[in-house]
Order: sequence, then structure tokens, then C-alpha cells
Amino acid sequence: MLDAIDRRIVAATQAGLPLVREPYRAIAEKLDLDQAEVITRLKRLLDAGAIRRIGAIPNHYALGFTANGMSVWDVEDEAVAGIGTRIGALDEVTHCYERPRHLPLWPYNLFAMVHGQTRDEVRDKVQRIARLIGPAARSHDVLFSTRILKKTGLRIAA
Amino acid sequence: MPVISPTEKAIINGLQGGFPLTPRPFRDAGATLGLSEGELLEGVRDLVGTGQLSRFGPLWNAEMLGGDVCLAAIAVPPERFDEVAKLVNAHPEISQNYERSHALNMWFVVSAEDPRRIARVISEIEAETGLGVHAMPKMHEFFVGFRVEV
Repeated sequence: MLDAIDRRIVAATQAGLPLVREPYRAIAEKLDLDQAEVITRLKRLLDAGAIRRIGAIPNHYALGFTANGMSVWDVEDEAVAGIGTRIGALDEVTHCYERPRHLPLWPYNLFAMVHGQTRDEVRDKVQRIARLIGPAARSHDVLFSTRILKKTGLRIAA
Repeated sequence: MPVISPTEKAIINGLQGGFPLTPRPFRDAGATLGLSEGELLEGVRDLVGTGQLSRFGPLWNAEMLGGDVCLAAIAVPPERFDEVAKLVNAHPEISQNYERSHALNMWFVVSAEDPRRIARVISEIEAETGLGVHAMPKMHEFFVGFRVEV
């Protein structure tokens, strides 16, 4: 889906846009392209979903959202699409996925990452989600990360 | 909670998406936030400088760039936790790894440009640790707003 020029644009912008008045012109000059071509390609990549969005990418930890809970839900397979769509729309949920169960250890098929400033705040938000889902959730849990063992960013070579 | 000025708040809450693809995007975005081009640029530079923003620009969708990612979890006996963490983290395909409060206490993300590589890394980890790895690939991703409000 991405051609060689697209991949050079990814490599040039994955650490952020140049913070100058004409950022797209600065990228174009670096890659020896026209500004109009950079803008057109970014528009196409945004429409195609290769770019999720363009703007401020907050550091949850630095903004005080240090309690991040992975809420997990066992919901009926037929209901998961409707419930996932409703939960994903909540501001406090940053990722929402359907994943396979691993019975008997792991009965949960819906994952929603919930951010908050304290664990109690996250638990309150999870309770609110539980009320929203109602009896369609047979059980749920919230897993807090107790230690980061490894974290490296996305790195795509040009 | 860090102290956040009204300008910073306007940037964080108002610009988590929809940054204009125009020749002077800071001028155009500033107009909708009630900030001048210079004020917005200065504010974004400060927020990136202090680390309150990880960065400012496009959020790329890793999977659509040709690679594949898979979440996986292991129930590690507590006395083997550090040893197993070292074995798992030694694989360059592991981009993130967290200890979590559950019997499944180690959760990591396997990323590879070649999707077949993911299954191979998982088998290698099983062989090295003697523990079962539970692969939890996403079957469906629900749209999320990806916003935090400060």
C-alpha cells in the first residue's frame, strides 16, 4: 500500500513534525519533493488509515495519568461488536480490541485500556463501564501494570 | 498533577487530531483555538520539550505500514520472573513487556515486518522458557477517540 516515497515520509515524520511555521515545506525540502506532494500524500495516508490522526500525542505518564488499567470483559460473542463500539467511544478508553479467550485460565474476549490519575479513579471508570454493559458481561477484571519490563517505540526504516 | 497553563490545556485538549494539512497549519489551527501562529508554535515546542507531549505530528498505524503485532501473555512462576523477563526481552521483536497483577503476570507485544516471524518468536520463547505462551492477536479493533482531557 505504501510506496518508497511514502516510506521516506514515514521515516521523516515518525519522531514528529518539524516545529516550524511551514512544517510540510521543511519535510519536502529534506526529501527533495514539492510541498504540495507531501501534503497530498499525507492526506491520502490519513484517509486510508495508515495515519490514525495528526496532532498532539500526549505522554499519559507526564500528564499525571499514571494509573493505567487493562480492563477485560467476558461478553457474549454476538454482543461483542455492539459493546466494543460503545466502550471504544468513551474518552477514557484509549485502546479497545476483541481477542481470543484461553479457557479456563482466561475467559475474557474484550479488552479496553482505561487511563486515570489513580488506581481508584481507574476502578471507578471500570465500574461505570460495567454498568454501561450490564448483564451482557458475564465477568470482568482490571489488570494494572506493576512494572514496565521493556518499552521501545515504533521504528520504521526508510 | 503537573501545572498546565490555559494555552497548554487548549493545545492538549484541542489538537489531539485534525491538525490542518495546509501550508501554514500552525496559523490555521491557532485561529480555531484563539492563538496566534507564534503562540501555538511556542506552546507545542514547550510541551514537547517538557515531555508532556511524546511528540507532535502523525500517529502512524504500525500494522498498515506492512508489519504485524501480537499481544501475548505467560503465567510465570514468581521465583522465575526475572529470569523469564530476560529471556523474553532478549528478542528484538519484543517491543513492550509489562508485569501485571494476574496469574497471567507477564504481557508483551511481539512486532515483526513478516507476520510469520511472530509465530516463530512465540515458539522460540516457549522452547527457551519451558512455559506456555498465550497468543492474543486482535480479532477486531474498535474505533477509539484516543483522547485525554486535562
